[in-house]
Amino acid sequence: MPVNSLSDGRKAWQRRNRVQTFSQWAMWLIGTAVFVYCWQHISDATTWFFVWDAPKIADDILTRAMPPRWSYIDQLWDPIWDTLNIATLGTMIALALAVPVAFLAARNTTPSALLIRPIALLIIVATRSINSLIWALLLIAIIGPGVFAGIIAIAIRSIGFCAKLLYEAIEEIDATQVEAITATGASRWQVMAYGIVPQILPSFAGTAVFRWDINIRESTVLGLVGAGGIGLQLSSSLNTLAWPQVSLILLIILVAVIVSEWVSAKVRGAII
Amino acid sequence: MLRLENLVKTYRTGDQALKGVHLEVPQGQVLALIGPSGAGKSTLIRCINRLVEPSSGKVWLGETELTTLRSGALRRERRRMGMIFQEYALVERLTVMENVLSGRLGYVGFWRSFIRRYPQSDMDEAFRLLDRVGLLDMADKRADELSGGQRQRVGICRALIQDPALLLVDEPTASLDPKTSRQIMRLICELCRERGLAAIINIHDVALAQMFVQRVIGLRTGEIAFDGSPEGLTADVLTRIYGEEDWHATIEKVEEDEAEVPA
Amino acid sequence: MSDELAAVLGKRWRRPPLIRRRWLRWALGVGFLVYFIAAVSSVEVNWSRVYEGLDRGAAFILAFATPDFASRATDIWEGMLESLVMTVAASVVGIAISIPIGLGAARNIAPLPVYLVCRFIVAISRALQEIIVAILLVAIFGFGPLAGFLTLSFATIGFLSKLLAEDIEAMDRSQAEAIKASGARWLQWINYGVQPQVMPRLIGLSMYRVDINFRESAILGLVGAGGIGATLNTAFDRYEYDTAAAILIIIIVIVMALEYLSGIIRARVQ
Repeated sequence: MPVNSLSDGRKAWQRRNRVQTFSQWAMWLIGTAVFVYCWQHISDATTWFFVWDAPKIADDILTRAMPPRWSYIDQLWDPIWDTLNIATLGTMIALALAVPVAFLAARNTTPSALLIRPIALLIIVATRSINSLIWALLLIAIIGPGVFAGIIAIAIRSIGFCAKLLYEAIEEIDATQVEAITATGASRWQVMAYGIVPQILPSFAGTAVFRWDINIRESTVLGLVGAGGIGLQLSSSLNTLAWPQVSLILLIILVAVIVSEWVSAKVRGAII
Repeated sequence: MLRLENLVKTYRTGDQALKGVHLEVPQGQVLALIGPSGAGKSTLIRCINRLVEPSSGKVWLGETELTTLRSGALRRERRRMGMIFQEYALVERLTVMENVLSGRLGYVGFWRSFIRRYPQSDMDEAFRLLDRVGLLDMADKRADELSGGQRQRVGICRALIQDPALLLVDEPTASLDPKTSRQIMRLICELCRERGLAAIINIHDVALAQMFVQRVIGLRTGEIAFDGSPEGLTADVLTRIYGEEDWHATIEKVEEDEAEVPA
Repeated sequence: MSDELAAVLGKRWRRPPLIRRRWLRWALGVGFLVYFIAAVSSVEVNWSRVYEGLDRGAAFILAFATPDFASRATDIWEGMLESLVMTVAASVVGIAISIPIGLGAARNIAPLPVYLVCRFIVAISRALQEIIVAILLVAIFGFGPLAGFLTLSFATIGFLSKLLAEDIEAMDRSQAEAIKASGARWLQWINYGVQPQVMPRLIGLSMYRVDINFRESAILGLVGAGGIGATLNTAFDRYEYDTAAAILIIIIVIVMALEYLSGIIRARVQ
């Protein structure tokens, strides 16, 4: 009731009534309190002495990092190749696994909405909510460090992401096209190949390229935990405080990110 | 040839779309199914090839009873029933030729259909049908590049290449302009005559129905309210099917049209 | 029978290829195959190590059935709390900063110099991985959640400002013009003409970003920027799979809860 009576009996327009106004204020109060608590927590855990010193340290690091040590690039070609492979092969494995998961998770294609769909959704949420670095840590503990662990980590992390986008695309398909194929007497698999697959192919390709772009970024840092790629060199350069090498690696990562974004935008433009 | 016995469909929401429909369609008869929206026309057609499962009743196609068939046998029977849809329902990202050939899916194995290796006789038949409807040079175009009328022609080819005995046609003209609507209706009826097919055509446009078919069924709230020749559609009958309205304009218009259009 | 029909009868029909130029088709196909073989053969897999690892992998999967929340309860609790604290603080600050930057990065409401500066900030923030930013900030500010908080805030700015700017650029001009025509000041114009149009999506995106921030906060601990990552890393190092499983389960549950919450909030604002 946004119109209230004033004391002299006239009506005044207000955006919210009293209860709404009150709850609005209460929300803001609680929100502010939570934020202040969080800030307090961070502040307590911080050595402020270092923080006041930060500008000087930052300046120091910057002067040491410049100029980048260009000759170091000779040792980086192999890691760059590995990084590219981790992203590409990881994406391919992920897509191969994400397709069946997506079909099991989509409401209109799942064989059993009560039993199989929840399992597929669980796979999606579990693989999606855990960062590829954590997957890499886990895989290194299991199968040892190296490029292979990186590929698998990227693959697992990407399953949920790709499957989620795909199953949403499957749920949005035009049902009458599927109906028309069913009406011809086609088998279950033929309905899939003719009625469903052509409809989701564009979003499949879009998802693949989009995820490949993200995976290039992620694979650049997997080496920090020992899973291969250029991150290994970054990690060792950091440990030896070789700042000119760090700046060169960061520059390469930046270029890689920009190139992959450009490629994926081009490919997506060509598909859609 | 087709016989419906006491066909009932109750949706899970409790809506009763069909309340015991009896209907017999002899070989080669083209009949129009008219009625207001929600009368159960679409449901009736889809209950015949079991895109919608009927709740009870029987559907006889020739000597076979369809409602009890298991999936493999049902697929074999579906090949004998070609279906044409309101919004064409072509697979838009496939080519025209693939869309026509998809009518043969019930006859070829998965692998052959997957790599598009249909038997030569199927391909020749597809070309002949496309030629018949005047779209031969469109064979390699993607379906979403075609106009509405062209798409519906492709839909007709897809239904006919199944080599059906019966056509189920769901609002074939609802998304087309009046001229194209007539051309499509004429094409469907001509092809049925050429091939001796029976057809059930759901249609909104009463005048159009009267122009082309031999028999009209009026459906109202899931029950048959009229069954007879198109001439029998008087203002009274239309009121019984659709409810109160001034029907004279509709009927007169039809008579004029029929004088215009040479048979 | 027409000539056209006679010409095609008896011929095999083939689907027209996706790429019409034959040489390009072959070049792409062969190029991809060569790359693929080169890539696969350059991956060194120590299969005996992998085979040994299968036992550990099975042990880890089994650990999900018997997660151990208890033996490192204080570590887990403190780490989780720190992750959540960083998430909340960084989301609040990040969202607050990304609104003005988002406005500035929208070409239809910001003057060119402002636009360029804001776009530059967005580009930098998006190009740098969270974990790399965290490494640099840890080097500058020292270990602890402050570095993590700053990292997440910075990443939030790049993400939200870009999407907000795109949203503003795509908004309905006529509504905003109608407000301008009534003689509103710039701030009033933003408040009445722009804000109502972009608010629902902004809230939805903010919730999504909170979700991402939490997931990212779980790894910042690996480089010393605070949060649960450090505990998790220790658990893996010591092969304490049941503790690791417990942490991962908590992360998954919190992410699911956040997604559910954001679903509700998005449904309410739209």
